[in-house]
Amino acid sequence: MTVALSGKEIASQIEEKFPDSIEESSQESLVVKSDSLLSVAAFLKDTGSLKFDYLNYITAVDYYSYFEVLYQLTSLEHNHSVIIKTRCHGRENPAVPSVIGLWQGADFQEREIYDLMGINFTGHPNMKRLFLWEGFPGYPLRKDYL
Amino acid sequence: MTTTEIVTLKTEPFVLNFGPVHPSTHGVYRMRATLDGEVILDIEPVVGYLHRGIEKLAEERTYTGFIPLTDRLDYISPMSNNLAYCLAVEKLAGIKVPERAEYIRVIMAELQRIANHCIAVGSFLNDCGAFFTPFLYLFREREKIYDLFEMVCGQRVTYNYMRIGGVSQDIPDEFLPALRKFTDKLPGFLEEYDFFLKQNEVLLARAKGVGILTNETAIKCSISGPVARASGVKWDLRKADPYSIYDRFEFDVPTAEVGDCYDRYRVRIEEMSQSLRIIRQAMSQIPSGPVRADVPHLVRPPAGDAYAHIEAPKGELGFYIVSDNSIAPYRCHIRPTSLINLSALREMVKGWKVADLIIIFGSIDITMGEIDR
Repeated sequence: MTVALSGKEIASQIEEKFPDSIEESSQESLVVKSDSLLSVAAFLKDTGSLKFDYLNYITAVDYYSYFEVLYQLTSLEHNHSVIIKTRCHGRENPAVPSVIGLWQGADFQEREIYDLMGINFTGHPNMKRLFLWEGFPGYPLRKDYL
Repeated sequence: MTTTEIVTLKTEPFVLNFGPVHPSTHGVYRMRATLDGEVILDIEPVVGYLHRGIEKLAEERTYTGFIPLTDRLDYISPMSNNLAYCLAVEKLAGIKVPERAEYIRVIMAELQRIANHCIAVGSFLNDCGAFFTPFLYLFREREKIYDLFEMVCGQRVTYNYMRIGGVSQDIPDEFLPALRKFTDKLPGFLEEYDFFLKQNEVLLARAKGVGILTNETAIKCSISGPVARASGVKWDLRKADPYSIYDRFEFDVPTAEVGDCYDRYRVRIEEMSQSLRIIRQAMSQIPSGPVRADVPHLVRPPAGDAYAHIEAPKGELGFYIVSDNSIAPYRCHIRPTSLINLSALREMVKGWKVADLIIIFGSIDITMGEIDR
């Protein structure tokens, strides 16, 4: 059985290394500030006791006042998983750093979120729409679309 | 004696379009391949021709009303999609499924795996050049599974059979004898089929050592399912994170070491036998009782989010659902197995010839319905 690690415990481990990088944490997940997302993600991937080498999926949710981008990570070796989230405010040009350098499986998923939710992933080498054509008006999965 | 000089010809790279409508792309899928003569330098997948906005449609439907749409994701294996979605809603709402329904679900999911692998292996051999002979033998077996599905839900392609809290109706009395007849006959067929193919010279020449996906790349690119297991990633959610009642059955997880097209073929053939093992155990253990929990027609899960995943025939299929305590999901994200399994295609085909591109692509086993959604 894949053990879902406590967000609170992982958050305290991260806080030791990167103070002031966690926005909030609960049993199920932890919210990382978007400017420290990359260093936290690299820490989660490379630390021997955590070793989150497998990215299950990325998704984004529109909560009107902010967008939440969610990453579920699994360690195939230790068989445990964690959900990390990051938030970006503002509807004009929301952006979070791309994790493609750590988990290449993020490639299409980040492009899909850019396409349908309009979140820019900075550092992605090929940030263009995946399903819809260039010039399509709006971002359909946003709550204020239609 | 004259010495032979090796002259290297200089060629200009050019771009060739595969698809969107091409027999080898298994749907409306386009690849922009940059070629140097016959050698592939780079490819860029172009998708979205079948995009229907299913995730957006989910936000306007009731939880139960979304089940028929899940059939249209991976339309080669709708039962698995039904199962993954229902598990996610049940996790969100804390619904317990009756025992008999759990067994029926497992039987359906495993039959679906066999049916899917029939198509996957058959169309892969088609791509290899064994034009339609091995394909149709597998189609004949798949037809028998479809007869069984028709018996339980009246449908042959889009089943809409599972419900939140169970399944839509109990299996008819004649189902289990018919299933037993099917499971008795299939091993003999598989053995004979494999006997003709596993040492087949053409298949070995075309598939062995071609399109190697290394273990590290598979993990880095989030590859799952038979493609990952053929590369030596021993990861099967039925074992690693057992859902439903999979912890009650004995079965092996077939893996391979090299990660070439041939290994992906082998893993699928072996998975079919393992699925049969599970079905046999489920048939002998299935209890009587209700097949559906007492769930209101309009499910209102408490506010929150949940992710449930299953080992679908193509890999990890998951649903992430956010609820705001209304009758429709606030957000429903589908983890698309086929799309993510394509992440490594670029690295797999670089340096191979055009003819190999077709079979490497075919060996991944994708459905456009799930990629574009």
